[in-house]
Amino acid sequence: MIGIGLRLIGGLRMIVGVRLVAVQFLGTLLLLGSVHFSDPASAQRVETPLSDPVDEARARSVMTGLRCLVCQNQSIVDSNAELAQQLRIIVRERVAAGDSSREIRASMVALYGDWVLMKPPFKATTGLLWAGPALIFVFALIGVIFYFRRRRTSGAAGLTPAEQARVEALLSDTGDQPE
Amino acid sequence: MRLRFFVPLVLFVLLAVAFAVGLTLKPRDIPSALIGQPVPEFDLPPLPDRELGFASADLRRGEVSLVNVFASWCVPCQAEHALFVKLNQSGQVPIFGINYRDKPDDAIRWLKALGDPYTQIGADFDTWVSIDWGVYGVPETFVVDGNGTILLKHVGQVTEDILIETILPLVETTREQAAASRAKQ
Repeated sequence: MIGIGLRLIGGLRMIVGVRLVAVQFLGTLLLLGSVHFSDPASAQRVETPLSDPVDEARARSVMTGLRCLVCQNQSIVDSNAELAQQLRIIVRERVAAGDSSREIRASMVALYGDWVLMKPPFKATTGLLWAGPALIFVFALIGVIFYFRRRRTSGAAGLTPAEQARVEALLSDTGDQPE
Repeated sequence: MRLRFFVPLVLFVLLAVAFAVGLTLKPRDIPSALIGQPVPEFDLPPLPDRELGFASADLRRGEVSLVNVFASWCVPCQAEHALFVKLNQSGQVPIFGINYRDKPDDAIRWLKALGDPYTQIGADFDTWVSIDWGVYGVPETFVVDGNGTILLKHVGQVTEDILIETILPLVETTREQAAASRAKQ
């Protein structure tokens, strides 16, 4: 309980503007090529497409569904960010190791939450998001049906029997004596 | 009284409220999925001028700790650094550092200039370990309990308000709970 509360407070208090600057700054540094990596571990993990075309196709389909966390509206396939590149390497490694696409996606969700998926999953918190358009359509349809029904019936219902007789008389009059 | 004339007004108010809430949400605040999870397994080397690196075992020694992911090129890191220096002087809680995508010389110079509040620092220049922590930028700060379970993740600069109102109370309650459970045994 406390954890959730604190998380909420923490979430509300995040200072995003400053962080954005940091991310952009990092981007600039990378563009300038002034960041270099001396760690041998990174040298072993360079990005290369998988040799098996079937594996590569599967890796790409998984990557298309994963959001780049620093650019947000791009998938990791489309992004040039360092982080996106590293996530691509991870996805390819896991595809090559024979992990299922579902497992790979689940491991990304475990790290970053549902947010990392380009397509939000259907569950209680996202139900309205998915069902919303259909619901609005159904409500609109019901509204339209009611509107037309009432319009069709109200003409007859609004008249007294005497008025109704007069209407009919007038209608038949004009029918009999065209001018 | 025709209530249905109020329907558009009510709809408008509901819509206004929905927008007021929705448009002030910050899409960059990604809630951490790692709360309540054990810290990832890692063993980071030290910066070149020191002996101790930083490994996951350091977070399972029974003491609540902060883990701060920082870089010398990161402006908000510099802004929050003074706070950590002060916190370290007060001795309230150990702070571990993960040095993110940095150059060793830059990091060392930065720590010399601004002070080094970290109990131990792990150098994560290629950021693979940070990825396991779910870090997607700097600074990020975690609160970890004595068994190595992540209790809180703060994305972005830690301000005095966040430290005093959120982080330190959590450290305190976690310590009390740990003491209480030890007393029971």
